[in-house]
Amino acid sequence: MSTAATQPARRPWPGFWTALFAVLFIAFCVVTVIRFTKGLGAVTNLSDRFPWGLWIGFDLLCGVGLAAGAFTLTAVVHLFNLRKFEPIVRPAILTGFLGYIFVIMALMFDLGQPWRIWHALIYWNPHSVMFEVAWCVMLYTTVLTMEFAPVVLERFGFHAPSRIIHGLITPLVIAGVLLSTLHQSSLGSLYLIVPTKLHPLWYSQLLPLFFYISAIGAGIGMVILESYMSKRAFGRHLEMELLEPLARAMVVALGIYGLLRLQTIARNHAFGDIGALTYEGKMFLLEFALGVVIPVVLLSFQKLRTNASWLVTGAFSAVLGFVVNRLNVSVTGMERAAGIRYIPSLMEIIVSVGLVGLGMAVFALTVRYFPIFEPHPEPEPADPEGA
Amino acid sequence: MSMGLLFDATRCVGCGACASACKEQNHLPGEVEERTTAYTWTTVEEKEGAYVRHLCMHCLVPTCASVCPVAALKKTPEGPVVYDSEKCMGCRYCMMACPFDVPKYQWDRAVPIVGKCILCAGRVKEGKPTACAEACPADATLFGSRADLIKEAKKRIRENPGGYLDHIYGQTEAGGTSVMMISNVPFEKLGLKKDLPGEPPALRTWQVLSNIPDFVAVWGVFLYGVHWITARRDVVAQAHPRPRPEGPEAPKDRRPS
Ligand code: SF4
Ligand code: SF4
Ligand code: SF4
Repeated sequence: MSTAATQPARRPWPGFWTALFAVLFIAFCVVTVIRFTKGLGAVTNLSDRFPWGLWIGFDLLCGVGLAAGAFTLTAVVHLFNLRKFEPIVRPAILTGFLGYIFVIMALMFDLGQPWRIWHALIYWNPHSVMFEVAWCVMLYTTVLTMEFAPVVLERFGFHAPSRIIHGLITPLVIAGVLLSTLHQSSLGSLYLIVPTKLHPLWYSQLLPLFFYISAIGAGIGMVILESYMSKRAFGRHLEMELLEPLARAMVVALGIYGLLRLQTIARNHAFGDIGALTYEGKMFLLEFALGVVIPVVLLSFQKLRTNASWLVTGAFSAVLGFVVNRLNVSVTGMERAAGIRYIPSLMEIIVSVGLVGLGMAVFALTVRYFPIFEPHPEPEPADPEGA
Repeated sequence: MSMGLLFDATRCVGCGACASACKEQNHLPGEVEERTTAYTWTTVEEKEGAYVRHLCMHCLVPTCASVCPVAALKKTPEGPVVYDSEKCMGCRYCMMACPFDVPKYQWDRAVPIVGKCILCAGRVKEGKPTACAEACPADATLFGSRADLIKEAKKRIRENPGGYLDHIYGQTEAGGTSVMMISNVPFEKLGLKKDLPGEPPALRTWQVLSNIPDFVAVWGVFLYGVHWITARRDVVAQAHPRPRPEGPEAPKDRRPS
């Protein structure tokens, strides 16, 4: 982390960012120590009445969901053979890989006894959605590692193993898409078991499908955002000719998703909550406006879609709406049944923000030292900094 | 034989003997608390002028056991839903999923486990009644086989017209439970969950999970098919209209990034 803190030297106020990172890092360490010596109760606002909070709602549900750009783009390039998207596959895989590492690290905080995480390997319960999620996350992290390995291997001149992986790319990508489909949707299935607890604005037998489609939409949104941010950080041009069709795909995914959601709410007779602007109704409106209405409307216009700042606005809104949706399912929608409000503690937030910061720092470093954004892998590019 | 408990709210005098007996039997530290916790597996609460016990219902198809990724919770043939703290990794899915909000967690420990009533599984296996049933001075908590308990409950309801609501809580709730209750105060006023579906919630998940193998096969073949078709189109396109200088490429020999 200290290397990460000294890294963004080109930012406007390097001193400010370094200080912020340092403070955050120290706070993160302190919370970690308290968490593992005093237990979950000492750092979280979780309780017997509200056993799942921010670390599940944000870190797990959003971390996995926003990493969906990886399987979407590998499928587009390697299965649907649309090779023009190849230049943005690597950053998507990198985001996916770091996203899953982020999720696993967050689980290390959230599980009561994280050192037993391997128990899912030996004590099976195929009736448990959590069991399926555990296996898929584990296997898919392996797939992502292999998909990303050539970048590292080639960087250090190991071409033979990298060639083996290239030969295996089709089965790897298929495995990746299968596993992603399974566990993106099963994060939604996690909530099928609580028909009497989850608010009818969110509960549906279609939850697995909702989670899957919205992850594809938001995953694409993340790819667009990343391209934009790396453009700003590294002075690259934005590949509008690639991002524009991606934005169209996002509009379609979010459009279908939005319609299905509205149909389900009608079937659950939950429109009353929206009309009456209850707490749940307001949170739903926020989620739906950010996650569906704004991106779909904005990016339906070709004029706006082909304009970099509107494109990024639409993508950002979709990602925000996605995050609100996952928090609504995991927190807002469960509060009425629990009979209490849950607001994450400062220490919970520090852990989540700390892990996100760590992920972003690693992303920035990797992009700097490895050929992630190079359009073609063949020519070894002049190394910008040297390792 | 599947055993269970019948709690009769009209007979409970609120003495709390069951809660103390449970503490002792299961070596739970501290005093009996107001709500159930990982250290207090059963409580007696006064509601609407009546007393009600809170404890695990020992569902016939337990939601908690169906969601536990490491199978730490299990329904035994004798009736109790038991917990193996050696397997549990603390994901707390059981707490989140239980329709009766029963499992509790040791939030104050660095090495925490789940706590909930285990229907005195050890005693039941030896043929003894649960500690709470044995301690009850008013016959409000009755131990017996589930079938006998339902008979007894029906008899009490039949023989005391107006003395009870005509409903055995737990006979069908969430697919049926081994712990059941009868009362003359509506159950939701006693703080019990109402509107629970008659089918076990676990079935909803299983409907999805049981389809996964079929789904994987179809989706896998579909994806490979898409790849095969698009790659084939490439080869044809490259072989015919304008052959590349370096010759046609084999479909597998692509250069992914
Ligand atoms: S009441 Fe809850 S904890 Fe008890 S067996 Fe049923 S699902 Fe499990
Ligand atoms: S907390 Fe323990 S017992 Fe409960 S579901 Fe998770 S692993 Fe199973
Ligand atoms: S059955 Fe046993 S474990 Fe359950 S409340 Fe009674 S005494 Fe406690």
